[in-house]
Amino acid sequence: MAAEGNSKPAKKLSLKENYALLTRGLGWEPSYEKKEDIFRYISFEGVKIHDWDKWEDPFRLTMDAYWKYQGEKERKLYAIVDAFQQHNGQFNVTDARYVQALKLFINGITELEYDSHRGFNILAREFPGVGPRIAAQMQSLDELRHATTQIHTISQYAKYFTGMNEFPYQFDRVWYLSIPKSFFEDAVTSGPFEFIVAISFAFEYVLTNLAFMPWMSGAAFNGDMATVSFGFSAQSDEARHMTLGIEVIKFLLEQDPGNVPLVQKWIDKWFWRGYRLLSLLATMMDYMLPKRVMAWNEAWEIYYEQNGGALFADLARYGIKPPKRAPETIAEKGHVAHQMWSVFYGVRDAVGFQTWLPSDEEMAWMSEKYPDTFDKYYRPRYEYWKSLEAAGTPFKNATLPQLCQVCQWPCLFTESGDPTTLSLRESEYQGQTFHTCSDGCKDIFDDTPEKYVHAWLPVHQIYQGNCFLPGVDPTAPDFNPMYEALRYMGIKPGIDGGDYKGSADATNWENWTSRPANIHEGAYTDAVRDTANPADASARKTS
Amino acid sequence: MATTSTQPVFIALQANNDTMPIIEAIRQDNPNAVVHDYPAMVKIDCPGRLVIRRETVEEHLGREFDLREIQVNMISIAGNVDESEDEFVLEWRSA
Amino acid sequence: MTVEIRTKGVKPLAISFGHLQRRFGDKPATRYQEATFDIQSTANFHYKPLWDPEREMFDARRTAIVMKDWYALKDPRQFYYGNYTTTRAKQQDAIDRTLDFVEKRDLLRGLSQDTRELIVHAIVPLRHYEWGANTNSAHVSAYGFGTAITSPAMMNTADRLGMAQHISRIGLLIDGNSGDSLQAAQALWTDHADWQPLRREVERMFVTRDWFEVFVAQLLVADALVYPLFFQQIDAAIAGDSGSALSSLSDALMRWYEETAKWIDAVIKTAAAESADNKALLSGWVQTWRDRLLPTLTPIAQRALGNKADDALAATTAALNARAAKLGLAV
Repeated sequence: MAAEGNSKPAKKLSLKENYALLTRGLGWEPSYEKKEDIFRYISFEGVKIHDWDKWEDPFRLTMDAYWKYQGEKERKLYAIVDAFQQHNGQFNVTDARYVQALKLFINGITELEYDSHRGFNILAREFPGVGPRIAAQMQSLDELRHATTQIHTISQYAKYFTGMNEFPYQFDRVWYLSIPKSFFEDAVTSGPFEFIVAISFAFEYVLTNLAFMPWMSGAAFNGDMATVSFGFSAQSDEARHMTLGIEVIKFLLEQDPGNVPLVQKWIDKWFWRGYRLLSLLATMMDYMLPKRVMAWNEAWEIYYEQNGGALFADLARYGIKPPKRAPETIAEKGHVAHQMWSVFYGVRDAVGFQTWLPSDEEMAWMSEKYPDTFDKYYRPRYEYWKSLEAAGTPFKNATLPQLCQVCQWPCLFTESGDPTTLSLRESEYQGQTFHTCSDGCKDIFDDTPEKYVHAWLPVHQIYQGNCFLPGVDPTAPDFNPMYEALRYMGIKPGIDGGDYKGSADATNWENWTSRPANIHEGAYTDAVRDTANPADASARKTS
Repeated sequence: MATTSTQPVFIALQANNDTMPIIEAIRQDNPNAVVHDYPAMVKIDCPGRLVIRRETVEEHLGREFDLREIQVNMISIAGNVDESEDEFVLEWRSA
Repeated sequence: MTVEIRTKGVKPLAISFGHLQRRFGDKPATRYQEATFDIQSTANFHYKPLWDPEREMFDARRTAIVMKDWYALKDPRQFYYGNYTTTRAKQQDAIDRTLDFVEKRDLLRGLSQDTRELIVHAIVPLRHYEWGANTNSAHVSAYGFGTAITSPAMMNTADRLGMAQHISRIGLLIDGNSGDSLQAAQALWTDHADWQPLRREVERMFVTRDWFEVFVAQLLVADALVYPLFFQQIDAAIAGDSGSALSSLSDALMRWYEETAKWIDAVIKTAAAESADNKALLSGWVQTWRDRLLPTLTPIAQRALGNKADDALAATTAALNARAAKLGLAV
């Protein structure tokens, strides 16, 4: 070491120098064991990395700074969560329809954060370069944070509303939750480079703004202080993750020209798969927020068409093109939310949240937001269903829908140019026929059929009799296969799903808050106090 | 360091007391920035490049400011990031 | 909007999540419980991992240890992300004050050249040991089974990066932020005869596949030898000659080690008590890795402690053996 080191005053380190000294030199070239035996998973995908040190760290976080800033975020967040719980904040939301969206959140999204944590954890072990490994470690820890804070926040709702109390169990079993589950399992079971392109870039960089910014702002608008707090606090981590996503892409593209077609293929695949997953948000935004901030098609324009446009313009210099199936997403933006809500309404007895038909006020909003599609295709359908409800013969769909072999959505989507024709695609593999919902999903299936034939398609499994609890006798005279399948999934038949009006959630809401369970339709029960006359309310007996 | 790109970059911040001086600093240093208010969130768009300067934030805040503190209240960003002690820059390089 | 709740009429439908009620009964759940138990998927996996096609994405068969319930492996610290991060942030505040104190007074740079060289030779290369521990801990959290063990392992992974950076700062306090000591320490770690035996075993852990064996090798055996030897014995020897400047910085490392040992011990004790097979496996791993690792420390202990090295190593080994016996292992 330099002997003069202690005679000169200590050098002042910049952020970049400090980070480099504390990070870059930590690794070493192994000599007792072979590198390929230590890092076993980085070659089978065909990606070529010549120099891991070329990795640029966008955020130069050392562990002490990570603890400091993340600790501060957590202190702020838990102060709000504590206050929320102490003051029964769950009753401050607009009405209990909003809570139905939170059911999708805890049952369908929280476990994705967890799987993401584990996926990045694999990268945190397997990437040979110190820089990307540390980035993956911090992201893995952040994703654990997101799962944790969602559970801690929503647990308060789970105590007072139905259908949220079995989220890990439901995630593994409920038929429509295989949409998110298969998405993340697809990514984690891929190789590490496909995983990071899929999640860091295609999902987080290109798509999650769309989900979390308008949705969380909507949560705030509907009085959910706790959800908006964890949502925006999580997004502050996501801003780091998104930056990791774009750095990953640039790194892969700059390392070897042979990586370009692989990266393009993964962008095309995961953009489509991520888009299909996030379409659920279309329904949550347009139908499940009693008070709305922005419609799905507007969010898609701002966060994909505009920002995605800027991003892909920036990547054009590497020879990267916008995702192959982006035009379909633009063509569908006026339809997806309405088509999904229609399907959920139809099968409402087989889902773990309650549904309703949009009120006149809500339909007027949709006519305004979707001038080209709503009045033409969807208003007549809802008005017809309303007339059936009024006549006491509500529309119900008793059979579970055909699922797409790749995205696992019901095949509910329509042809791009023709919203009256269902989009159905077929592929043959080893003498069998497999169904997909779109060209985007068929592309994915046809590229790797050997992977997707293994998909655990819940509706198939139910009809094959694989979804009953132990002790259930399918030969018993009173055997009801749908009822038993729901029990297997952890859904309480007749309680968790069905019509919102008359549900336990709607009735409890009015009893507990004295406010209407649907702000657009007036009170369902006489538990709702006449707010103009408090004396009247206090005179009424509470249950 | 100029960019010729006019593609929009953005930063979204939580709308709270901590971010007011940051937003003021952004307005001051980025004349082309457009500030949009949403429930609980402020989204600031800017063509090509957006810079947050530590010194400007400090002027508005009245104390020393470490640019990494932005992370506590940042909701999202678009654009390539370059962060130093003095500046936090978002930009697109291609037109 | 002000909401007046008729609180008397409001009884929660459930007092905690169903999976927690089945485990802990009908009572409120702690945040540790909510964040930990039954969180990892267990059923209906869709695809075979390309990186391990014989097994599921999460699969208990990635170790030879068998547990009826993997959630028996509780963390007595009850860490979830929030209390973990705020605990570390608070500890780091104290460390920052010490670092600042040492830096402002040039306490390490003011040591004799011999002492500075000894610290660079015998302490600073441990930043690479910690990076190795980070890799091994990441292996446990990546391939382990059940959130009860993988979450604290992830936190431990982050801790080890923090420890590597803390030890690096000791180097920077000696070299006046030039980074020369870090370069010197890396050369020592990769080339100097004193460090090669230990590096050899760290790399052997990198190719050990059974994640529970890696847990035992790194977190129980290697750490139980390295931490007391370097941050107590060698640290005390340096303090005896040159005052407590270094001790003020290694104190945080020992405190961290003692806190973490509570978690390690709880895991090992529970797994060993589960079955005779587990006990035999764990005991065998402790013996194997102890016998591999112990001799690797002799050269550096002799360099730092001279003729006291044998006593120091014997004391460290005795402490490890006693700890293992207390956990129910036969070593």
